Amino acid sequence: MSSIQEVQNEIISEFEILGDDKESTIFYIMELGSGLEKFPENEQIEENIIKGCQSKVWLIADEKDGKVHFQADSNTDITKGLISLLIRVLNDRTPQEIISAELDFIHKIGMGGIIGSQRSNGLAAMIKQMKLYALAFQTKQIS
Amino acid sequence: MDIAIEKIRQSFPILHQEVNGKPLVYFDNAATTQKPQSVIDSLSNYYNHDNANIHRGAHALADRSTGYFEKTREAVQQFINAKESAEIIFTKGTTESINLVASTFGRKFIQAGDEIIISTLEHHSNIVPWQMLCEEKGAFLKIIPINEVGEIIFEDFEKLLSPKTKLVSIVHASNALGTINPVERIIEAAHSIGAKVLLDGAQSTSHLEIDVQTLDCDFLAFSAHKLYGPTGLGVLFGKRELFEEMPPYQGGGEMIKEVSFEKTTYNEIPFKFEAGTPNIGDVIAFKKALDFIKEIGKPNIKMHEDDLLAYANELLNPINGFIPVGTASNKVSVLSFNIKEMHPFDVGMMLDAKGIAVRTGHHCTQPLMKRLGLEGTVRASFAVYNSKSEIEKLAEAVAQIARIKNK
Repeated sequence: MSSIQEVQNEIISEFEILGDDKESTIFYIMELGSGLEKFPENEQIEENIIKGCQSKVWLIADEKDGKVHFQADSNTDITKGLISLLIRVLNDRTPQEIISAELDFIHKIGMGGIIGSQRSNGLAAMIKQMKLYALAFQTKQIS
Repeated sequence: MDIAIEKIRQSFPILHQEVNGKPLVYFDNAATTQKPQSVIDSLSNYYNHDNANIHRGAHALADRSTGYFEKTREAVQQFINAKESAEIIFTKGTTESINLVASTFGRKFIQAGDEIIISTLEHHSNIVPWQMLCEEKGAFLKIIPINEVGEIIFEDFEKLLSPKTKLVSIVHASNALGTINPVERIIEAAHSIGAKVLLDGAQSTSHLEIDVQTLDCDFLAFSAHKLYGPTGLGVLFGKRELFEEMPPYQGGGEMIKEVSFEKTTYNEIPFKFEAGTPNIGDVIAFKKALDFIKEIGKPNIKMHEDDLLAYANELLNPINGFIPVGTASNKVSVLSFNIKEMHPFDVGMMLDAKGIAVRTGHHCTQPLMKRLGLEGTVRASFAVYNSKSEIEKLAEAVAQIARIKNK
């Protein structure tokens, strides 16, 4: 399995191909969202909504063999695409890897300029929630 | 008469730029309009040559800036045909104008058990101040329902009127849907039972001719920045007899006649409601915006915008997956819509990538969106400087976006 950094580098080069064309970049992000693992409908509940996102984002996490598995969904396609990128980088890794991950791809692909400041805040909220899940599983493992 | 669109566009420097590599198409005019060069020049001219505090200074600059400031008040008076310029108060915007009435008219005239009527179409700024007042006073807020196309149901409004009704505060034109309310009939019916009427004119003043004497409304609130003027400036019109009876809004300089630690007497209207140093530079520049509107003529502006809206409907309605929201027969130039299977945020972002600026979301009308069963809409709103070729670009972009989910 590729390392977190390797996956980030893959994403960076994919976005480099898209260049400055905002339209195709957004279209690409939306396409990525359609590749998300199907989210269980019964988990689309208030408790799983990430606070701080303008659109609705549901996130759940499971731990199996010491690795964290995320599933997420959103009511907007662009947000789905954004969270699918995070999942691609952080999924099925140990809690410690997730907690200490530095997600520099977001900055390197110029995400702020693509999605604007409001959605960037939402993206930060998603990362925080994923790290919180990892922290909770780590605490459980230790105890 | 066709307006000289190219000449008008030349007066708006901001329109001549590229966004995301595409020529800017600015369709977020219901949020704020762009400013003509004359307004921009007036602002810098004020700070370059005339800046001084008004009404009190004993020097030439103060005299000059006071003169210009009061000239705008007269221009606003003429713009809405108020009886006298003392009936024009400058505020921060429509929101503050409404809050001023809620705070001062409310303090004086609203008692426990009284009723205030608003409609389902209201912007949050014409809901929340009344909720706060009702909570404080033990009064009740009554809501006029709407039909499926986004028009208030007049018969239901009449049923809500009672001797308990003290105020009807209603939007003249809906920011989210564009519906123009039958305000003449509303005012007449409210007055017949002795209630006062506040019109929220934030979205109507730039499109419709408004004569407060003919309408006979008691208050009218609107913002300069939706009228090609500067931000941070609004107007509250009120009838003299009401303004005189209402207590002051804020305490401070300008609004007093005489201050001692024992007792303070208040200044005459309009100054009674203008505590502190006002937004002098913006007020002065606002006159240039009113001159701009006057020069083209409101009927010409309305005709042009009606044409744009009709053309937009003609081009967008046939698009597979296009869902118009708010199809009242009498509208200002607001086109609210959704695309089947798509979230308005996504649509807005893709339009932005094509250089087209629209608003997406609930438009600060959450109760209205709830009534319509929607999370939000995409809203394109047209102004005098928009052109038919821009409408064509919107239609082409929407068609392309809609095809993603509607093949």
